[in-house]
Parts: sequence; C-alpha cells; structure tokens
Amino acid sequence: MSYTIEGRTGTWEIVVGLEVHAQVISHSKLFSGASTTFGGDPNTQVSLVDAAFPGMLPVINHECVAQAIRTGLGLNAQINLFSRFDRKNYFYADLPQGYQISQFEHPIVGKGTISIELQNGDVREIGITRLHLEQDAGKLLHDQDPTKSFVDLNRSGVALMEIVSEPDIREPEEAGAYLRKLRQILRYLGTCDGNMEEGSMRADVNVSVRKAGEPFRTRCEIKNVNSIRFVMQAIEVEAARQVEIWENGGEVDQETRLFDPGRGETRTMRSKEDAHDYRYFPDPDLLPLVLEQAWVDELATKLPELPDAKRARFQAEYGIAFYDAGVLIAEQAVADYYEAVARGRDGKLAATWVMGDLFAALNRTSNTIETSPVSADALGKMLDLIADKTINGKIAKEVFEDMVETGESPDAIVEKKGLRQVTDTGAIDAAITAVLEKHPDKLAEYRSGKDKLFGFFVGQVMKETKGKANPAMVNEALKTHLDA
Amino acid sequence: MLTGLTLTEARAGLAARKFSARELAQAHLDAIGRLNTALNAYITVLPEADVLASADAADARYAAGTAGIMDGLPIGVKDLFCTKGVRTTAASKMLAEFVPPYESTVTANLLNAGAVFLGKTNLDEFAMGSANINSAFGPATNPWKRKGDEATALVPGGSSGGSSAAVAAGMALAATGTDTGGSIRQPAAYCGIVGLKPTYGRCSRWGTIAFASSLDQAGPMTRSVADAGLMLEAMAGFDAKDSTSSNRPVPAFHKAVGKSVKGLRVGIPAEYRAPGLPAEIVAMWEQGIAWLKAAGCEVVDVSLPHTRYGLTTYYIIAPAECSSNLARYDGIRFGLRKDAPSLDGVYEATRAAGFGQEVRNRILMGTYVLSAGYYDAYYLKAQKVRTLIKRDFENAFENVDVLLTPTAPSAAFAQGENMDDPVQMYLNDIFTVPASMAGVPALSVPVGLNDAGLPLGLQVIGKHFDEETVLSIGGALEAAAGFTHTPSVHAGAGA
Repeated sequence: MSYTIEGRTGTWEIVVGLEVHAQVISHSKLFSGASTTFGGDPNTQVSLVDAAFPGMLPVINHECVAQAIRTGLGLNAQINLFSRFDRKNYFYADLPQGYQISQFEHPIVGKGTISIELQNGDVREIGITRLHLEQDAGKLLHDQDPTKSFVDLNRSGVALMEIVSEPDIREPEEAGAYLRKLRQILRYLGTCDGNMEEGSMRADVNVSVRKAGEPFRTRCEIKNVNSIRFVMQAIEVEAARQVEIWENGGEVDQETRLFDPGRGETRTMRSKEDAHDYRYFPDPDLLPLVLEQAWVDELATKLPELPDAKRARFQAEYGIAFYDAGVLIAEQAVADYYEAVARGRDGKLAATWVMGDLFAALNRTSNTIETSPVSADALGKMLDLIADKTINGKIAKEVFEDMVETGESPDAIVEKKGLRQVTDTGAIDAAITAVLEKHPDKLAEYRSGKDKLFGFFVGQVMKETKGKANPAMVNEALKTHLDA
Repeated sequence: MLTGLTLTEARAGLAARKFSARELAQAHLDAIGRLNTALNAYITVLPEADVLASADAADARYAAGTAGIMDGLPIGVKDLFCTKGVRTTAASKMLAEFVPPYESTVTANLLNAGAVFLGKTNLDEFAMGSANINSAFGPATNPWKRKGDEATALVPGGSSGGSSAAVAAGMALAATGTDTGGSIRQPAAYCGIVGLKPTYGRCSRWGTIAFASSLDQAGPMTRSVADAGLMLEAMAGFDAKDSTSSNRPVPAFHKAVGKSVKGLRVGIPAEYRAPGLPAEIVAMWEQGIAWLKAAGCEVVDVSLPHTRYGLTTYYIIAPAECSSNLARYDGIRFGLRKDAPSLDGVYEATRAAGFGQEVRNRILMGTYVLSAGYYDAYYLKAQKVRTLIKRDFENAFENVDVLLTPTAPSAAFAQGENMDDPVQMYLNDIFTVPASMAGVPALSVPVGLNDAGLPLGLQVIGKHFDEETVLSIGGALEAAAGFTHTPSVHAGAGA
C-alpha cells in the first residue's frame, strides 16, 4: 500500500468509491425530443415534458439506451436485458416533475471493470458496480437579480449515465487514473464527451478511512467535484479530516459534503438527519426496459476498438514500446493520426516523428491534433521520402519545419529547395576527393591508425554536399578512398 | 327534443339533414344556460360563438360528405383533459387559471372525428373522490331526486360527476370521463347513464392530468351502450407519446351492440355478495342475471378470492402514485403561486392554498406508504396483492367471457352524507376498483330504479381488450331493461 496516513494511533489507509455522472451524447433528451446542445439561451431547449406540464408523459429515447449499452460493453460489464425506471422523489426548483426518473433497483448495466495504470507502471483493476440511466436536473441562476433566483431548464431531462465504482480505490492517484481512464473509454465510445468544465462529467466521491485489515468505517460523500485534480485533493483532505476525528475519539458522521478548492477543505452540505427520503418506486408512466440480446450483440460488433486493445495492437503491429503506445492511444484522434502515418511504414519511425517533431510543432503553434498544420498523409509521404532515400533524416527535419510553416507537401518542398539526396556515386567521389585534398594532415593521421577520424571525414563530406548526400553511400565510398 | 337524443340518433339525424349541427349545439347551449346554475355540471362553458363555429364547420362537412363518426355531436369534456387555449382546472385552485397550450390526445381524436365541445365538466379535484363534492368550483349536483323529495340535492357520483350529470340532464349528448377506481362507472350508475372504462392502454393518457398513472383510463359516458362503443372508437388508438398506450387496432365497437349473446358465459363472483349489501342492489343484480339467462347466456359462479383486498390495495397504490404525480404543482412554472421568503416557503404556501383537503389527504397517505421503513409493508405488498387480483381475473376468464356485478353498493346519496368518514366514502368504489387494478374493461349500464326512484347500474367486466363482448352483454342488458326514465331536472322537463 503506497498511500497511507500516519496517525498518532497507527497507519490509516483510505477507501474510495466514485460515482460519475456522464452526460450521454445524443441529439435529444432521455424522455423528450428537446435538443441537448450546450450553451443555448436559457429555457430555449425545453419541451412541455421537460417542464413537467400537466398530462405530459415521458417516452424513452432509444439512442440514449444504445449509448448506455455501448458504455456497458466498453466497461466489460453485464448488460441487463431487463431494467426499469424508478422515480426518485424530492422537491427542488430545478426539478420540474418533483421527481427524477432514474434506475434504482434494476439498472441497465451491472458489474464490470476498468483497468488503470499508475505512474510507476503498476496496473490495477477497479470494479464497476453498475451503470444506470437517469435525467439531469435544470440549473438555478442566483446572480441575475438581487432578490430572485432564476431557473434554466435547458439541461432538465438530459440523459446521464451514473457509473458507480466499487470501493476499490486506495490512493488519490488511483482515483485520478480511474477518472482519466473512464473518460478515455467514454470518448473512444463516443458516449460522453468527458468535458468536466462544462459539467458533462461530474464525480461524487465516497471516502472513508480504516486501519489495515479492518472492515469499512463510515463514509462521507463529497458531491459534484468538477475536475480530476479537485477529486484527488478532496480525497486527501477528507481522509485527513476523518483520521483526525477518529484519533480524537470521535465518530465520523455519514453525511454529504462539499469540497471547497479555494480553502482546500470539505464541509457539511447535508447531515444524515437531513438526508432525503427519496421514496423510490417504479415509474408507472414507463414500461420496463426489455432489451433483445440480438440488439446488444449488434451494438457489440459495431463497438470501436477501445484503448487497451488498441495499445496492445499498436505494440504488436507497429513494434512500438508499451509506454509509447500508451502515449499514442491516449486520445482517439492522436491514435488515428499515428495509425494513418504508420500503416504500411516503419512504425517505430512514425512513432518517433509523431511524438517528437509533430507534438513539439503542435505545442509551439498552439494547435491540437485535429487542427494540425501537417496532415497524417503529408507526414506519411515525408517518411516515404526517407524510406526511398530521396532525403535523409537530417534533411527531413528541415522539410518538416517547412511543412509546418507552409502546409506544402514534402515533395514540393524537396523540389523547391533542391533537397533531394545525392546518390550519384560520381558526385560523392568528387566530394570525397575534395575533402581529402583539403585535409592531407588528417588523412595521414588516419592512415597511421587514428580510426576515430573516420567520423570527421564523414562530416566533412556531408558538409561538402550540403547535407544531401546519402550517409550510407558516403560511408562506403569513404572506406574505399581511405583504405586505398 | 334535440337534447334527448343518443349519439347514434343525432348522427343519423344530422346525416339525413333533419336538423343542423348548429341547431343541435344551440339546443345544448340553451339547456346549459338553463340548468347549469342548479347542477354546476360545467366548470367552463365554451363561448357560444366558438361552439357554433365548430357546429358550422361540422355542417359544412356533412354538406361535403366528409363527416367523421362524431361529426357535429355536442359533448362535454371532463375538466381533466387538457384542451388547447381552453382553461383546464382539474377542479383545483392550483390550476384555476391554467390554459394549456396543447390538446390531449383523446380530445384531439374526438375533434378529428368532428365532435363539438360544449365545455369542461365538473369533477372531484384531480379526480379524487366518489361524489364530486371535492371540487374547488363547488359540487356538481345529480339531476335525479328522491321520489317526493325534490329539495334534497344528491351527489352525481365521482369523480366524473359533472359529466354524468350533464349527460343525464340533457346538457350534452355524451361526455368524456376518466376512471381510476370507478370514476366513470359509479357516476354513470348514480345518474342513470352508460359509462365505459376501457382496457388500460386503450386510450392515450397524454395530455390528461394524471391522478394515478397505472390506473387512469379515459372513457365515454353516454346514453346508450351503442353510443359508448361509437365514442370509444373515436377516443381510442395507439399514441407514441404514451409509453403505456396499446398498439392494438381499434375495432368498430358500436357494431358489437345487438350481437347475439347466446352461449356466452357470464360469471357471478361470489365475493361481490358483500355482507350488508342492500336488498335493492341484490334484487337488481338477480334481475340482471335473469335477463342474461333469458337472452341465452350461461351463468356461472366464479370466485375472485382477492377481491376483499382490492379497496385497501387501491388506496395504497393510487395515493402513492398521486403523491408523486402532483409534486409538479409547486408554484414555479405554471398554475397557482403563493410567494414566500424561501423556496420551501413557496412550496408550502402554494400547495396549502392550491390543494383541497381530500387531495392533501391522499398526498400524505401516498407519501407515507412510499417512505423508508413503510415501503415494504405497504406499497410493495400492495403491488404483490395487485398481481394476485389480476391473476384472479385471468383465472376467472379462463371459464367465462364476462363478469356481472353491481356497479356500486348503493344508489346516489345526498350531498353531506358519508362526508365525515372518508372510509365510508371510499367504500363506494368497492365493486369498481378490482377491474381498475386488473386493467380490464368494465361497463356500467342503467337497468332500473330503486324504491326512491333513483337509478341503479350493473357492471359488466370483460377480458383485456375485449370491450366488444362487454358491449354485446351490455347491449343485451340495456335491451332487456328498457331503461327510458329521465331525471327530474332535465332539459326536456317542463318544456
């Protein structure tokens, strides 16, 4: 156990489980036809169903169901062919129906796993307890008027997947790795954009502490933490707070807390006594959700390749290292770019170029892979020019920088700048003769046994040819000349 | 007398151009004008110009030969169906000024069939009640009077009491109702008209203000069994906007009436012979059995052993659903709002001012039975019993085609009676609730008068989606009974 808290009474470990609310990518809401686009003017994307007008009824959006199934499959989880929607009853101004339609007893997705990788290279499996579909609430705006709060229902009724982990997490770093991996999988699947700033992915963090070998102690739930960094910080400070309480002979109360990143502390939001009684019961407006295995199978066959599988395949197919493969598959778009460059070419060389010169250029020019000034096709063509000896590796760097700047094709740049590699043995011989004539002293030294000077001669010949000579041919020809 | 016709007769008269839809509508508007003060059957009467414009459009369709099955027929609409641009109150202060920007599927279907709406009929608030005394707009009154006692106002039944009173008194040729535990059948029986609760899922619930979603079902309230079939044809049909709506085809229900019932097996459930059942109810039931035997039916004793749990179970499940369904009336987006310094204060002030006592009682009961610690003992157990009740019906229908029972344990009672004891009031639903719990179709047919001169109804319960057999049996009872009595308060009376 690498993360522990040393207290006065001994060593404490932390126990963490995460509940992630992931907004489903879909055109319309979970039970209405209203649009789900982010950033619309307040209350412009609200149907009568979302505003819970009298007599309005929910109708399930099958695309949201498909997205939940895809996500379940991506988490190696059990897909429940029978699931049911329940009402979670409570009053709040952002909840028009007075209840949230959710899945309580029978979620659409059951147990699964996510495999996470830590900084030190360790790989751990974190269990998924369940995934269920539910409606999002609206939003209250408190800053529009000195005495009134305003309600924006655009988000009301948008589909969320609540993804609940087992209490398998033992370190803040694992929580971070879990969230990053989950986000990566969701993005690969195209089921959630994972954008925590816009609130399309939010985490509730359950934290408790215990001494080694103990059963679980009372946990606290930290609600709605909206960045991975804050999740990790919240776990640290909450765990420390709980250790302090236990060690002072107190009891940790089961309660809902909020994390204040500014002050670096958690504080009570709702105590157990104030906890809602949600009075869950099956929503009588909706029939149970019964799925056909054939549909699930069809969705499974159309699932995109997921990060772990892609990483393994990149290693096997392109001969690149585990670490490099991890970097290249981190984002789907980068993986696609890399694969377009590497396919049918030298995979290792492609990886070196993408992770080295390309990433540097993107960084320097403030671009992303999607807006890269050099297309995968162009970079691939450049590698072809290296492979067919039109240019050598050194010239390639010059060509690449020109591509970044001008967006021109590598061929055009090579032609325009006359960078074609010299493979004419006559020209190379002439350059060698010229170099040897210029440096009779070095030639004598070499011939008297100072072999190390070979590199010096190679450099001089390359300089003579302005770097365009084929290095292998220069080596060979030099040997003939020097050993003559 | 245009206000005394059945839908079928009026449809024929319009088609033959014996009278115009405008004349028919005008006659009803006049009747409403004369009688509504006394009966309070309508909460909202549509502006005369609008009603006549609809009638004129119907006349044009008759002239063009494009008339629909309800074309030009003036009807009342229970004020629980949202009607576009027309105030829809659910008889609650909460929605006293609510004008929906949409039309419920059932009323849209009726409009498409050419029906002319006269207005919105009175009901128990949010359809919760059996006497139409829980209306924020005052009680509706039964047009029938006890023999020799014109002074005592009787209840029209509930919750669709405005609809039953209007149809009985000649203030509409027919009206829509909704039935959650008997709210169509019991008022139909109390007012001497026909009321049909179709199979759950037959009529869309979209745009009808919800009371208990797993039980609510719209249906016709008419003067004849054939009319009930005709009007149901117009109301029913699959609706993609209601996930519980059935996609079964809608048969020509009215054709089922008049079909021979010879050889049909009629079950008489032993458990409905409740101790203390008034002799006049038992006698009428025996009479009904005799009529059906005479028509060639085979009468069979059956058992529905879980019937005795029906009412208790109903008064757990329906309030549970209502407590959740009515949470949306919070003063935030539509309807009544009472301002207060805090959000919880707004809820409390709004809901205290907006909901009447019976609605509050049911919200509290429903909240209680769903609460942590009570859910298993009440709601969950009630759901299990509901399954057993359904199974009772399934078992019975393996041997019989329909069941015959009384609709209600008494005739209409006086306003003010049964009011201090809510349980006594709930007992009015004892015969109607089981069919609601099972989701099967059930029809109330007026078959005679008691000694006090008040109408009594018999209930025909059928198999899921077999309204046709129910209507055939209902038609046979109707023919045998020859019920032609009219109430003392009636559009034709003294005219």
